[in-house]
Amino acid sequence: MTEHVLSHDASTVGEIAGVRAREQRRHKASIALRYFLLAAVGLLMLYPLIWLIGASFKTNSEIFANPGFWPENPTLDGYIKGWQTSTPYSFGTFFLNTLWIVIPKVIGTAISCTAVAYGFARFDFPFKKVLFASLIATLLLPNVVTRIPQYLLFRDLGWLDSFLPLWVPSAFAGDAFFVFMLVQFLRAIPRDMEEAARVDGATTWQTLIFIVVPLLMPALISVCLFQFMWTMNDFLGPLIYISSVDKYPVSLALKLSIDTTEAFEWNRVLAMSVLALTPALAVFFLAQKYFIDGISSGGIKG
Amino acid sequence: MSGDSRFLGLFYLSPYIIGLLIFTTVPFVASLYLSFTNYNLMDEPVFTGLANYVKLFTNDRTFRKSLWVTLVYVFTTVPLKLAFALFMAVILNYKLKFINVFRTAYYVPSILGGSIAIAVLWRYIFADVGLVNMGLNLLGFESVNWFGDPTNALFTITLLRLWQFGSAMVIFLAALQSIDKTLYEAASIDGAGKWTSFVYITLPLITPVIFFNLIMQMVQAFQEFNGPYIITQGGPLKSTYLLPIYIYDEAFKRFDMGYASAIAWVLFVIIMALTLIAFWSSRHWVYYAGDKRS
Repeated sequence: MTEHVLSHDASTVGEIAGVRAREQRRHKASIALRYFLLAAVGLLMLYPLIWLIGASFKTNSEIFANPGFWPENPTLDGYIKGWQTSTPYSFGTFFLNTLWIVIPKVIGTAISCTAVAYGFARFDFPFKKVLFASLIATLLLPNVVTRIPQYLLFRDLGWLDSFLPLWVPSAFAGDAFFVFMLVQFLRAIPRDMEEAARVDGATTWQTLIFIVVPLLMPALISVCLFQFMWTMNDFLGPLIYISSVDKYPVSLALKLSIDTTEAFEWNRVLAMSVLALTPALAVFFLAQKYFIDGISSGGIKG
Repeated sequence: MSGDSRFLGLFYLSPYIIGLLIFTTVPFVASLYLSFTNYNLMDEPVFTGLANYVKLFTNDRTFRKSLWVTLVYVFTTVPLKLAFALFMAVILNYKLKFINVFRTAYYVPSILGGSIAIAVLWRYIFADVGLVNMGLNLLGFESVNWFGDPTNALFTITLLRLWQFGSAMVIFLAALQSIDKTLYEAASIDGAGKWTSFVYITLPLITPVIFFNLIMQMVQAFQEFNGPYIITQGGPLKSTYLLPIYIYDEAFKRFDMGYASAIAWVLFVIIMALTLIAFWSSRHWVYYAGDKRS
């Protein structure tokens, strides 16, 4: 190929330079077009969120009159009155309830999924193939089909209107996606250190805690963060299981507030929506690396 | 570690095995049984054979409508979302400055999108005098009646899903970035244009990821609940009354557990059938580079 080009005379060299220049121009145009598209789509995507923040400081009459972000007469009215709600409880209670659902659930998920993933990735045992296949099947099994009997089970256990139905399944590695993610991660970690520890007389349990868990940390953080987000966003679970208002998490409280104040007090609902989104946004921006890594590794190896 | 007891692995798996039995397998079988009964939570379930299914398919217009709406929703939302996610991933997959900023910006909606707060926001921006119509008016268009018109109402729910294309895009982007660049150089030396390289190199190499996203998005879309429940409450004229909402209403508002289980099983069989078709067809279109999967 090179020889072929070299054997050509000067005029072809000029032509090649022309082609190069044209290519470079096209390259620049392509980059400009990409930036334009990316910025336009990005703005379109984020504007609803930006508008939401602005609108939460607007007066009720301005919300549906001004498409701009900046409030003309900024007011904290929405936040103050929205926080109090029309119930005897403030949003403070609902945030604490959400936290009280999220934290035990995340801890239970982290512990159970780590143990199970360790079992799958490092041991041979009877029915291993069948059990791993069941993990994939659970991953694809729509929850909708198990929801009603689960409800009946929790009713018979006397767990309705408590957080137990939300906590317990996760503590039994109920979220197959996370187990799967951790198994994939563990398979990629060399076993040398674990084998060395075993030779030195450590039990598998000690090996898991002192060697595997530290190595697994990045994936484990991803798992905790995803579980945090999903539980914060969960609506159907609390809707089915929680009935007293004093146990409502934020998602149910928001639904309640659109039902009760919908007709006129828009800025209260919007202000509380902003607050409801804040923890998730904050966690995401503090730890976005783990989200992106988690989702791309889980996906690629799927 | 082969010297360990054969059952040590099972010990570590025990939470999973117990959970699998109690919270998945038994409920799964129980819901099939319930679907053949009449059960109102108060009295014992009464076995009624195929009565629920017969009623569903011969004498339930709400079910037919709901099934149709669900299928329309899934078959428009999933392809649109995947196509858009792939398109944006291809644009992002380039030596650009700020690539991480854009990736983050596009990913934020997927993180927040399932929450009630976003569904609430959607109600406001698509309201008659909401943000979207204000924007359309500014550009000189007429306001659209988003929630009053059956077709538009379903479209707003679809848009909410499309808005969350970021997670699928991140997966596509990671796959695109792992493609060996020399393949494109070789192709361009052979005179292949951009489009040809995309169709004959990029697409085949990312088919495993397309397949993964397709299955995941489909299973998710069939179970969409929050959006239509909060934004349109299934209306108008049941045009956004997706099957999960129908199941919820039957089970937890009318306490007709048997009938709700039957609907859930129809939904399950549809999802299963489509998943199996996808798996079966995948051997014809999904390409694994250096196929050595175990």
